[in-house]
Amino acid sequence: MKRAISHKWLCAAMVLLASTDYGQVTFNRLVNSAKEPQNWLTYSGDYAGRRFSGLDQINAGNAHSLVAKWVYQTAATGKFETTPLVVDGILYATAQDNRAFALDARTGRPIWMYQRQLPGDIRPCCGRVNRGLAILGDKVFLATLDAHVIALDSKTGNVIWDVVAVDYQQGYSFTLAPLVVKNLVIVGVSGGEYGVRGFIDAYDADTGKLAWRFYTVPGPGEPGHESWEGDSWKTGGAPAWITGVYDPVNNELFWPTGNPAPSNRGEGRAGDNLYSNSLLALDADSGKLKWYFQFTKHDEHDWDATQVPVMIDLGDKHLIAQANRNGFFYVLDRATGKLLSANPYGKISWSDSKDAEGRPVPNKESEPTAEGRQVCPGALGTTNWMSPSFSSLAGLFYVSAREECDIFSTAPQPYEMGHAYYGSAYFPADGSEPYWGALRAIDPASGKVKWEFRHLSPSWSGALSTAGALVFTGDAEGNFIALDAVTGKVLWHFQMGGAVYASPMAFAVDGKEYVAIAAGSSLYAFGLP
Amino acid sequence: MKVHFVKRPFHELLVLYNAETSAATLGEGDGMLVKVCDRAIAPEGATDSVIVAASLERCPDTNRAVIHAVRRLSTFQCLQRKAWLFRTASWSKFFCSLPGSPPARKFFVVLLLGVATAFAGEDSNPLARDPNAAKLGEFQFRINCAFCHGLGARGGGRGPDLTRAHKKYAHSDAEMFQIINNGIPGTAMPANGTNGQGVGMTETEIRQLISYIRSVEVKSASQPSGNAARGKQLFYGDANCSGCHMVDGKGGRLGPELTGVGGARTVESIVDSVRNPSRRLAWGLTEATKEFPQEYETVTVVTADGQEIKGVALNEDDFSVQIMDMSENIHLVEKDKLRAFAKSRVSLMPAYGVGVLSDTDLQDIVAYLVGVGAK
Repeated sequence: MKRAISHKWLCAAMVLLASTDYGQVTFNRLVNSAKEPQNWLTYSGDYAGRRFSGLDQINAGNAHSLVAKWVYQTAATGKFETTPLVVDGILYATAQDNRAFALDARTGRPIWMYQRQLPGDIRPCCGRVNRGLAILGDKVFLATLDAHVIALDSKTGNVIWDVVAVDYQQGYSFTLAPLVVKNLVIVGVSGGEYGVRGFIDAYDADTGKLAWRFYTVPGPGEPGHESWEGDSWKTGGAPAWITGVYDPVNNELFWPTGNPAPSNRGEGRAGDNLYSNSLLALDADSGKLKWYFQFTKHDEHDWDATQVPVMIDLGDKHLIAQANRNGFFYVLDRATGKLLSANPYGKISWSDSKDAEGRPVPNKESEPTAEGRQVCPGALGTTNWMSPSFSSLAGLFYVSAREECDIFSTAPQPYEMGHAYYGSAYFPADGSEPYWGALRAIDPASGKVKWEFRHLSPSWSGALSTAGALVFTGDAEGNFIALDAVTGKVLWHFQMGGAVYASPMAFAVDGKEYVAIAAGSSLYAFGLP
Repeated sequence: MKVHFVKRPFHELLVLYNAETSAATLGEGDGMLVKVCDRAIAPEGATDSVIVAASLERCPDTNRAVIHAVRRLSTFQCLQRKAWLFRTASWSKFFCSLPGSPPARKFFVVLLLGVATAFAGEDSNPLARDPNAAKLGEFQFRINCAFCHGLGARGGGRGPDLTRAHKKYAHSDAEMFQIINNGIPGTAMPANGTNGQGVGMTETEIRQLISYIRSVEVKSASQPSGNAARGKQLFYGDANCSGCHMVDGKGGRLGPELTGVGGARTVESIVDSVRNPSRRLAWGLTEATKEFPQEYETVTVVTADGQEIKGVALNEDDFSVQIMDMSENIHLVEKDKLRAFAKSRVSLMPAYGVGVLSDTDLQDIVAYLVGVGAK
């Protein structure tokens, strides 16, 4: 009898322990993520897209003493693009081929692991990658390469629901980390290389039921449909493959979109090709479009606008800024989508004038031809999907810039469902300088680059800024680097032995701060000795 | 086209090898019925188009026969298939059980060969006979390959010229399929769909791609006119190439290893690299295609104690550089501990003008390299 009672007490204690350790993530916590800097609750760390950590235990004074605390190896090959989430001591992340896993954030030891059985004929452009999870309540959400959205039990990794968003055989896939807003799981689709018709979906977090879908290419009768020639809208692309941001004040999503298809051939799709390469402001409850801003009209260079936009408040100005793949740093009014400034932050050759709104317009010399023409930036852009960061303390916007020019060549290509649809090729010019890259710090008020840290070759690493007056980034040669957020001076670096294709994040457990990043096939966590 | 009849025993089907197209066609007498092989190696000793025999095995009940083409014609090999349906006993039995006269059965066999051509599996390219495949393959090429191999497959500085009929790694379509799908370990050639360059291709798309590459092959790429034996002497002797370059395990280590260069590059590009070594240093490949970072850039550093070191960068990242100096000493330096660090894309290799190395000597050296590279 005594034994039974003690067992009962033990159970009660375990439940209590569990409820402490596995704190439920609520929408309220997501909105107020700045109040719990020890946790990293969304892809970009907050709803504003700032990838800023409020932790300051690791700071400009002690960063030189950083050491590796643990390494988790995925045993997977290919690019490892995840940004982990950390909630109350547990780290949730994804890896190649739609792996998902939970680790003890103190030690990197696994708690559970999930791997999706993918069909053999999935069509992910550019690698079997995934960038992370979203979390709400007792579930984490994964968007898959075979175009499903699934909810996993955050304690066990068991599948709670699994819905098909769209037929992957048409060229659709998901690579992004979903975004949870209220009770909705929001995802944007990939497939701009396959002539898909892009969309952004919202699913009920409890059931997986589709709440709304916004097609990024308007259908017949919808505004913007006239920006497509003939039937070209049906294969118009405009995917939405990077996680957007959310403004709780106005209940608005800001979601960027990618290239029109075929990506490097404009013939056959005359018009602006809305809403490709745009920033969309959508009502989060209904998915209704409130405004849009198109960065690159009628794109022929594969310059997706799929870079995380960052909500920045300067005084009483509510702005949204994006360092775009086309080489310009754009600042918009967040309420209206009106363009306030556009300044180059890397070498560009495609524009030498602006339209009445101040939008850079392409010159004739940048149009791809059959023989090919050299244009800067190259097809991979001045930046790409790797996350930028904004520190309101330093007042600087950090972005990994790529310095490369390519020759763009075009050729007619018939559309075939599920097959790559570029209409183009790009390649480096003979005798061109080797590509290089830099972490650049931009003053969003002026659009000017304040400093840069030059990389030997272009980096696919995002940036993280912290309240410790630091900015972290990685490079293609495998270094993880801490810099002074104000001056750009290198304070510390560590050779991880594998190229970085990910953006860093920070968290704390038991009062100890960690900075984590994926490199090679491993996830690294660094801390003070 | 001149056709030699090599032999024509009774009851044998004939295979015509067309030297102009290198296609093999199966038929009877002069009435060719079906092309069985788009790219065949010429029968031994044949310099012109030729007809050879595909033997038939008589069935036990006299008039019937079974083709044994590949086995008997050891000098005649298709590049595109190893799997012949008729090699198996069950097919022999099937054929022998067919009713009808021998000619009718032969025609049936030929039809089956046509089917075999379409379904012979990975060993062959079933799209080889589809004229549209090469066109579709060109799209795949532009998307996936042109970045390194250049438009038209003529080589892009990073990847070899694929219009050369003789390829270093991929002779048959099956080998080419394997290489496109799996990459070449230890080189910058990535596996299908893993490099962030282009997209993953389906098997059909890879086969279209192979059709395209075959369609742009130049049969008679410019061949070196030089004397390879003399070129070898020059390489290791008077021209002193081997002071810095290694071939077949012999030579220096300061410059690129050249064993494979003759198989990967055109004669023109090798000549250009000797005459103008700085025009294009080895391209450093970025991102996922970056297997080995060495670009043979010239590095000059001054260490904290004032020592100047000049050499080539063996490797480099944002913070360190590994240098081999002119005497093949290796120096491992951290950039922030140096007094000076300078990199140049002017090659350490001297430009060999005609005054130093005559055209004849250079052609001999190139002939040597091409000979080694073709192995």
